[in-house]
Amino acid sequence: MIMLGLKRILRTGFVQFWRNGIVSLSAVLVMTVTLLVISVIIFASALLTESLASIEEKVDINVYFVPSATEDDVLVVQGALEQLPEVAFVNYTTKEVVLENFKVRHATDASKLDALDELDENPFGAVLNVKADQPQQYEGIQNFLQENYSPTEVGSVIETVNYFENKKAIDRLSQIIEAGERLGAIVTAMFIVISVLITLNTIRLAMYISRDEIHVMKLVGAKKNYITAPFVITGALYGVAASVITLLILWPLTFYLGPTTESFFVNINIFNYFISSLGQIVLILLVSGVIIGSVSSFLAIKRYLKVR
Amino acid sequence: MIYFDNVSKHYGEGIPPALNGVDLKIEPGEFVSFVGHSGAGKTTLVKLLLAEEKPSAGEVFFESANIHELKPRYVSELRQNIGTVFQDFRLIPKKTVYENIAFAMEVAGCTDEEIRTDVPHVLELVGLEGKAFNFPHELSGGEQQRVAIARAIINQPALLVADEPTGNLDPLNTHEIIEILRKVNDLGTTVLLTTHNKDVINSLERRVVTLEDGKIIRDDETGKYVI
Repeated sequence: MIMLGLKRILRTGFVQFWRNGIVSLSAVLVMTVTLLVISVIIFASALLTESLASIEEKVDINVYFVPSATEDDVLVVQGALEQLPEVAFVNYTTKEVVLENFKVRHATDASKLDALDELDENPFGAVLNVKADQPQQYEGIQNFLQENYSPTEVGSVIETVNYFENKKAIDRLSQIIEAGERLGAIVTAMFIVISVLITLNTIRLAMYISRDEIHVMKLVGAKKNYITAPFVITGALYGVAASVITLLILWPLTFYLGPTTESFFVNINIFNYFISSLGQIVLILLVSGVIIGSVSSFLAIKRYLKVR
Repeated sequence: MIYFDNVSKHYGEGIPPALNGVDLKIEPGEFVSFVGHSGAGKTTLVKLLLAEEKPSAGEVFFESANIHELKPRYVSELRQNIGTVFQDFRLIPKKTVYENIAFAMEVAGCTDEEIRTDVPHVLELVGLEGKAFNFPHELSGGEQQRVAIARAIINQPALLVADEPTGNLDPLNTHEIIEILRKVNDLGTTVLLTTHNKDVINSLERRVVTLEDGKIIRDDETGKYVI
């Protein structure tokens, strides 16, 4: 009996959705706007998070040695750094390579090359490039270098460590991105609330059109649940249809915007993100659509069931 | 079967009561017509019986149940036991004739097999065999009212309430609808009819209850339309 009731509720829900074509279409279109707003939030959040991660990825520590530091001095520091558990790897650039790099970089700047030629010795020191496993571990590495090889100490082989200079810029950028995310979340939350309210009102309008029908069902002796359930199914179908339309809009839209986002947001192609997260996005849109549609229908029909 | 015990209904201060101290008893199998001017209280009587309205005073019984003390789920069961026909047909516009009738059976918990058997049978009874898959807007007024009657009697209710069922119909359709109601009554269903139609009342030659200003002023066993 329960299965029979369920079958009838589902069938009635589908038939109502199909036969009330115009009402269904308007509800689906309004809900599509809501789901597009939700999609924008998903993409914006992904872009900002990925951008932050990508910037954090670029953080490293460069340890510049004084020109007089010997290879042994450098290797001692390298060895000490490699012993630290938070260090992923240490890349050693000899002072000769640093000089070569400088020459290549300034190949067209004759004055700088001439100035170099005037010097008897290589003015550059070796460089150790240190990468940590996690961005937050750099501070510990920096502290280790300060305690053991402080550049400010007399006779130190290390000339400078550039972490703090990078850190300031990165922290500032992170703050901007986080503030952007917070502001974006507030604005998008407002958009979601507005869209949900519009959807709720559209479905209320659909219920208003069906109020006489609901009254007849009650007079025939239908119980509240038997009247409500097909409308909830119809509402859920609005959500499913709106999800499909939203996906059909997102596909070409992200494809079109992909190259732009790739150049603007540090190598993040929004279309690639859409494709790689398709399952997740489909699930979010379907669940949001079905919940918004069915809950709106449930709330909208309640007032017409109150009357005896 | 139906008992109105000193029932009054007031819709607000300063408005004359729609019903005023009505006492009425209806036995199973009766065909009772309610007549009276507009505002006499006929429709209020029907609404009280269907638990659409609550009385301001008094009690209404259907069989042994006090209708207005029933919990909502029992109100649904009460309505499944009372077939209703209205002047404006009240069919569900987005359902076909077949589905409108089947809906009443679904609500009563009938199986698909029972629905497949009974709906064509009742459509034959009201003369709409070929219209099963038409929508209400594709039918004439008389045909729509016959669908409403088919829906009302499909579950073989103990009581059929027809509130001005011929109000929107021409004389030919009126005659056909009344004949169907008479046939339903002959099969044992109690029928309550409210109408303004003098010819209908006079041709029926059944019990007539006359209402005026919310009071019963006449109750004749085989009455005529006298106002």
